[in-house]
Amino acid sequence: MDAVTPSSSVGLVRATRHTLLKPWVLRSGATLTDVSLMVETYGTLNADRSNAVLVCHALNASHHVAGTYEGQPRSEGWWDNLVGPGKPLDTRHFFVIGVNNPGSCFGSTGPMDHNPATGRAWGADFPVVTVEDWVDAQAALLDQMGIDQLAAVLGGSLGGMQALAWTLRYPARVRHCIGVATAPNLSAENIAFNEIARRAITSDPDFHGGHFYEHGTVPRNGLRLARMVGHVTYLSDDVMASKFGRRRREGAQAFGFDPQFEIETYLRHQGDKFSDYFDANTYLLITRALDYFDPAADHGGDLAATFADVKAKFQLVSFTTDWRFSPARSRELVKALVKHRHDVSYSEINAPHGHDAFLLDDPRYHGVLRARFERLASEFKA
Amino acid sequence: MSDRSDLQVIASLVPEGSRVLDLGCGDGELLAHLMQQRGCSGYGIEWDDHNVRRCVERNVNVIQYNLDEGLALFDDASFDVVLQLDTLQHLRNTEHMLKETARVGRLGIVSFPNFAHWPNRLSVARGRMPVTKTLPYQWYDTPNIRVGTFADFETLAQRQGLKILDSFGLQGGRPVRHWPNARASVAVFKFER
Repeated sequence: MDAVTPSSSVGLVRATRHTLLKPWVLRSGATLTDVSLMVETYGTLNADRSNAVLVCHALNASHHVAGTYEGQPRSEGWWDNLVGPGKPLDTRHFFVIGVNNPGSCFGSTGPMDHNPATGRAWGADFPVVTVEDWVDAQAALLDQMGIDQLAAVLGGSLGGMQALAWTLRYPARVRHCIGVATAPNLSAENIAFNEIARRAITSDPDFHGGHFYEHGTVPRNGLRLARMVGHVTYLSDDVMASKFGRRRREGAQAFGFDPQFEIETYLRHQGDKFSDYFDANTYLLITRALDYFDPAADHGGDLAATFADVKAKFQLVSFTTDWRFSPARSRELVKALVKHRHDVSYSEINAPHGHDAFLLDDPRYHGVLRARFERLASEFKA
Repeated sequence: MSDRSDLQVIASLVPEGSRVLDLGCGDGELLAHLMQQRGCSGYGIEWDDHNVRRCVERNVNVIQYNLDEGLALFDDASFDVVLQLDTLQHLRNTEHMLKETARVGRLGIVSFPNFAHWPNRLSVARGRMPVTKTLPYQWYDTPNIRVGTFADFETLAQRQGLKILDSFGLQGGRPVRHWPNARASVAVFKFER
């Protein structure tokens, strides 16, 4: 151990823009050229380039996984509690890569960018992207960075789906796959929630069929509702009961429809915040990518057959109160992997926080990931 | 596995290179031993968070799962050996789990505290539940919701149509083959369907 205090931050970070040299060919048949990706890295790539860990983001996150930006002390990355010197994914041993997926709205090529074919912003015309397309873009980026094989690919939720897709699409390029609160596909209930969110956006008059940029509007109400619905599904009944219960706002007017319960205020606040920074077309694209992800569909629904030839070792984690990506879904993956005798460990954390738990720092959860990464680090340490 | 030499004895029952499922694998010590010393592979099932982490630290494949839910994760005869060591007595559905053990593994190895060990008999004869090294709990706080004897298990195995290949007691880390029902604190059975 060197002198770094345990669990410190990676410190000030900067994102860099990488342009893919090759065209990005999508499953839909569309092809994009000059795709740019926002990337952050933490730690140092070792001499034999064997210590790279790719962190895949979910719906509303980005390449900014850890650290803060200069002059913005509250700009911690979305997985800052996990990634850093002395943290479970220890940047003293690993070279950690965060990539903003194309179609997203944090600087990588996305719907607000200029469409060379029409001369205006892509808007609703941005091609539908899939989890596999993102993985291809990430792989192309790694090619350009000179990284043949990842020590691990890590992701939660939709990020976990990308981690799974990596082991299927590039089996020789991933040694370990760490999927947290993820699933082999979305259930009908999950697709239903996504559809409600999308309808909220597309039915907002300010959406203008996805070309709102040129109208100078933002479908803010749609985004707010989408986020409110989404947010409810990321929490559990238990955590809402303990966080809000039936508590009333102070001074709230009784017998009316303004927010009176604290949960109402909270949801509105979350919706407002979200509508300030998130792009409506991105919301549609990313929820669609979630809906479409179903690697077993190419194998007649046989999940075990789908994963028959993977080479990675797996670590899966789920949370007991997560009803959006429930433990049962992770167990399906375990069962499929066990059938073909793949190395897999599975941790089912009894935590009250619902799907959101994957972003929190429950010591049992982080303990398992720490143990896993320490084990992994010992593979390439002398 | 409380005792290192118990572990050695049990490990010697597992054929080299076996595909092993260890039900209630604890901190993964036995599986790690089987992997390193006997070229085995496989998975442990464990419910306790701390033990799960210890398994990951040891590089033992561990699946956090409540055994009271059965073994639906696993196909018939998908393992050479299924171990159920010091676990049986904690399970609500002992009988079903024994069936499941025989279904999933070609070979089953079970160990559990033998309630008929003579100090236990003596204690009960004196009117008190035994508190010993193998049964260290008070009657009101014991996690052992099943208490059975060497002889009881023979009867249960027979009723389930299991073929007992070997059985003995363990006392102080050594096998006991004469009068194990009275002379051993731990009962060990190796069986197949």
